[in-house]
Amino acid sequence: MVRFLTRRVLVGVATIIAISIIVFGLFFAVPSSPAKVMCGKNCDPASIAAVETKLGLREPITTQYTEFMKGIFVGRTYSKGTPFEQHCEAPCFGFSFRNNESVSAIVARTLPVTMSIVVGAAVLWLLFGVSLGMISALRRGTVFDKLAIGVSLAGASMQVFFFGLILLFAFVYFTGWLPFPSYTPLTENPAKWASGLILPWVTLGFLNSAIYARLSRAQMLETLSEDYVRTARAKGLPLRRVYTKHALRAAITPIVTIAGLDIGASLGGTFITETIFGLRGLGKETVEAVQFLNLPIVVATVLLAAVFIVVANLIVDVLYAVIDPRVRLS
Amino acid sequence: MTETLVQEPGTEPVKPSRPSGEPLLVVEDLTKHFPVRSGMFGTTGLVRAVDGVSFSVKPGETLGLVGESGCGKTTTGRMLVRLLEPTSGKITFEGKDITHSKGGGLRQLRQDMQIIFQDPYASLNPRHTVGRIVAMPLQVNGINPPGGVKKRVQELLELVGLNPEHYNRYPHEFSGGQRQRIGVARALALRPKIIVADEPVSALDVSIQAQVINLLRELQRELDLAFVFIAHDLAVVRHFCQRIAVMYLGKMVEVGDREQIYERPAHPYTRALLSAVPDVTKLGASGRIRLEGDVPTPLNPPSGCRFRTRCWKAQEKCATEEPPLTVKPNGALAACHFPEEGTIK
Amino acid sequence: MTAPASAPKSPATSDSGPYLQVNDLRVQFPTEDGVVKAVDGVSFSVERGQTLGIVGESGSGKSVTSLTVMGLHNSKRARISGQILVGGRNVVGMSEEQTRRLRGRDMSMIFQDPLSALHPYFKVGAQIAEAYKVHHPNASKSEAKKRAVDMLGRVGIPQPARRADSYPHEFSGGMRQRAMIAMALVNDPDLLIADEPTTALDVTVQAQILDLLEDLQREFNSAIIMITHDLGVVAQVADDVLVMYGGRAVEFGSVEQVMRRPQHPYTWGLLASVPSLHGDADADLVPIKGNPPSLINLPSGCAFNPRCRYAGRNGDRSFTEVPELHQVLERGHLVACHLSEADSKKFYAEDIAPSAGVAQ
Repeated sequence: MVRFLTRRVLVGVATIIAISIIVFGLFFAVPSSPAKVMCGKNCDPASIAAVETKLGLREPITTQYTEFMKGIFVGRTYSKGTPFEQHCEAPCFGFSFRNNESVSAIVARTLPVTMSIVVGAAVLWLLFGVSLGMISALRRGTVFDKLAIGVSLAGASMQVFFFGLILLFAFVYFTGWLPFPSYTPLTENPAKWASGLILPWVTLGFLNSAIYARLSRAQMLETLSEDYVRTARAKGLPLRRVYTKHALRAAITPIVTIAGLDIGASLGGTFITETIFGLRGLGKETVEAVQFLNLPIVVATVLLAAVFIVVANLIVDVLYAVIDPRVRLS
Repeated sequence: MTETLVQEPGTEPVKPSRPSGEPLLVVEDLTKHFPVRSGMFGTTGLVRAVDGVSFSVKPGETLGLVGESGCGKTTTGRMLVRLLEPTSGKITFEGKDITHSKGGGLRQLRQDMQIIFQDPYASLNPRHTVGRIVAMPLQVNGINPPGGVKKRVQELLELVGLNPEHYNRYPHEFSGGQRQRIGVARALALRPKIIVADEPVSALDVSIQAQVINLLRELQRELDLAFVFIAHDLAVVRHFCQRIAVMYLGKMVEVGDREQIYERPAHPYTRALLSAVPDVTKLGASGRIRLEGDVPTPLNPPSGCRFRTRCWKAQEKCATEEPPLTVKPNGALAACHFPEEGTIK
Repeated sequence: MTAPASAPKSPATSDSGPYLQVNDLRVQFPTEDGVVKAVDGVSFSVERGQTLGIVGESGSGKSVTSLTVMGLHNSKRARISGQILVGGRNVVGMSEEQTRRLRGRDMSMIFQDPLSALHPYFKVGAQIAEAYKVHHPNASKSEAKKRAVDMLGRVGIPQPARRADSYPHEFSGGMRQRAMIAMALVNDPDLLIADEPTTALDVTVQAQILDLLEDLQREFNSAIIMITHDLGVVAQVADDVLVMYGGRAVEFGSVEQVMRRPQHPYTWGLLASVPSLHGDADADLVPIKGNPPSLINLPSGCAFNPRCRYAGRNGDRSFTEVPELHQVLERGHLVACHLSEADSKKFYAEDIAPSAGVAQ
C-alpha cells in the first residue's frame, strides 16, 4: 500500500512538472511579445524593451522557466537593482498586467469563492443524486423509478444559466425569499456564507444530481446482476444487507472516480455559475484574464486547475485502492 | 459440396507440393517469456509461458496440443500464426524461417496458415455481413477468384454447411454453432495448408459441438488440411487428432500418436490427465489418479521436472535434473525420469 | 402426469421421504417478445445422501429450476406455479423473509464461476463467516471466523487460518471453488445445489472438486443436485438423472437406466454426440441436427420433434401432442416420448448403442 501510494505521488508530481513546462512554454514562449501586450497600445520600443528586461524576457527560455519555478517556491524579485525593484513573495506568479496586483493575492481572494460553491454543490449532488439513482435502481420499474428517470433526464438536459436564472427570478426577484447571492467568508459569518450561496449550490447541485442519479442507477443495476450479489442472496442475507454491504460498495467505486475528477475540474473554475450569480470566483477571474490577455493570471489559474485535477486523481486512486483490494496489486 | 472447392484449380498459382515425408511446420525450442512488473521501480519477473517447445506437423496431419490452463498451449498457437512474437526459438514453414516474418512475408504466410478462435462471436465483426466477413481475407490479399468474390464466398458458406443465401445476414442472426462455421469459412477462404484452431468447440453446446467437430474432420480429410488443434478436452482431441502433444507449465511432457497417448501413456501427467476426465462410458468414480494441489506459477516454476511437485513418482533426481524428451517404451517421446509402462484400463 | 417422486427408488429406507420434492413446477418470464416458458411442468425429487444430476443444454431450463428452488427469482418478474417442498415446506408462495431463512441454512448453492461468485472486495474468510453469522445471530464474530477457518480446512485449503485473510483474486480457480463449497456448507445444509460447479475448472482440478463433493456428501449426508451439461460428470457422480429439454423433463431414472438404457431420442442424441476416451476414435460423432428451440415459441407437440430422427413414427402425434412423462417397463424410469417401448428398444439397439460414447 505504501509502495502503491509512493508511486502514485511520484507520478502526480511528474505530471504537474510536465504541465508547468507546457503551460510556461505556451504562454511565455509562443506569443510574439508579452511585453507589448502588457505595455499597452501606444507604447514605444524603449518601454517595451524596459518591460522585457523587467520580466526577464531577454533571458534564455530555460533561465526564464527556472526563475518562474523559483518564484513559485521561494519568491523572486523583479528588476533587481533598479528603481522599479519589486519583490514577489512565494508563491509568486507575477503581477496582474492590469492593476499590478499580485496574482497570488488574486487567487487567494477568488479561490475560496469557487471552493465554497463547488464543495457545497458537490455535497448536494453526491447525497441527492447518488441516493436517488441507487433507490431507483432498487425499485426498478416502479413509479418512483420512472419519475426519477424523467426528472434526471430533464435535469441533465438543462443548462446552468437557464436553471440558475429561473431560480433567481423565483426566489430573489419575485418572492424575495433569498438575498441576491453574494460571498461572505465562512470564517466571518457561517450563516451569511450559506444563505449567500444557496442558489449556486442548488443550481449546480441539481444539474449534477441528475447526471449522478443516472450514473448511479446504471451502476447499481449492473452490480445487482453480478454473480456475487446472487451469492450474497443465496447465503440467506437479508436484502437490505445485500444491497448496502455487497452491492453498494461495488457500485460506488466508479462513481467515486468520476466525482473526484468532476470536483477537481470544477475547482479550476465554474465560470457560468459565478457569472450568473455575480460571484467573483476563480472561473470569472480567469475568463476575464483571458479576454485581456492578462497572462500571469491565466498561467496561475491553468496551473492551479492542473494541480487540482492531479490531486483529485491521486485521491481517487487511493480511495479506489482502499475500496477494491485488487487495485493494490498493480 | 466439397467438390466445388477441391476441383477448381488454377485460381492461384499452384504451390509446389512437398514430398509427404517432409514436415510442413517445424517448431524448434520455441520460447515465450512475458515480463511482469512488480515493485515500486518496476523490477521485472518473467512468466515462462512457453519454455522451449519443439514439434513438427506434416502436410495433412492433425496435431493436438493439450494441457490445462497456463500450460502455454494458447500462447504457442498465437506464436505459430505470428500474433505473438517469440522470445526465442525457431518456426519453419515449408522450409522457410517464419519466426520473425513481417509485412509481405507475413501476408504470404497468412494465406497458408489460418486461425480459428474459441469465441465465435467475439471474433466476428458484428457490423459486417457474413459475406463481407468471409470475403475479407480475399480482399486483403487482393485475390479475385474466377466467378467473383461473391460466388467464392457462397461456395465457402455451402462448404461449411451454411445456406449461401445468408450471405447478407449479420453474425447476431446466427446461433453459436453457425457462427463457428462462419469462422471456419473465413479461415478456408485462402485455401490454407494448415489451420491453427484454438479451442474451436469449447464454447458450444454438446450437440452443436459434435456438428462442428464432424465438419472439421470432413474438411480436414477432403482438403487434406493440416491442423494444430488446441484444446483442453482430451476426448474431443482424441476424435480429431492423429498425434497429440501434452503440455505442462510451458513444457512439452509427451508427444505421440493417438494410441500411444491414449492407451499406453508414458508420462505420469498424461495418465493423471486422462484418468481425471469424467467419461460417459464409466459410471461412478473408480480408480482415478488424484493429483494434489494446483499447477505451480509459471513465474517461478519448480526446478528439474516441472511436474514433480504433484507427481506420485517424484524422487530426488526429478528436482535436480530436468528430464529430456526421449523415446519411451510406448514409442512416444516423453520427458520423464521414471516413465509409466503398460496399458491403462 | 406421474411425478418421478411418486415412484420411490428405495422405499422404506428413509422415514421422512425425499428432502426435496418438486411437483409440476412452471416458471415463466413475461418479456416484450412474449412469455418465456423457462420451466414447463417439471417434477422430481432428491433424498438425503443422494445426488440428482440434471442434464441439458443451454436454454433447457436446468439453471432456472435450481434458482427457483432457492427462491432467487424476483417474484415480480417471474410467474412461478407448482410445488417445491424443501423438507416438507412449500417454497412457492413463501415470503422473501421465509425463503431467506432457508437459504444458506437448509439449502445452499454453488455456482459455475467462483471468481465472479465471490465478492472481490471482501476477504474469503469474512465472506464465509458472514454466511454462518446470518443464520447464527448469537454467534460471536470470533466464533464465526473460527468456523470459517474450520470449513476452509475441511475443503482442503492448506493453512486455512492464513488463507482466510486472502481475497478471492489471490486464490487459484480450484481454491476459489473450494472456498465457495466451504461457504455453501458452513451451516450444514440438507440440500446443496451445484450449478456447473466444475465447468470453469481444469480436468485435474475438476476431479479434485468432484471427489471433495462426494466426500463431503458422505460426511454431511446432504442431498445434492448437480446441474451440468457434461454427461461424463453425471455418469461419475449422480445416483439419479433428469434430462431436460426446452423447459421440460424428457427422461428420468437411475444413472444406470438413463446412461445405459436410455429411451428418449434426445438422451440418445446427447450420448452419441459426446466424444469419448473409449471406442472407435475414427468413427464420426452423431450430432443432433439443428439448434435448441426458442422458449418463447416451442415447436408444437413434442418440443424435440424438429431435431428428432424418429418423429412421426406414430402418425402425427409428435407434432400435435405433447408427450407426458410416463413410466416404462423398469420401475422409476420415466420417459416423455411417443415411441412405443418396443420401438424404442429396437432403435436404440440398432442405431445408437454401436456408436461411441454410449456406455457398454
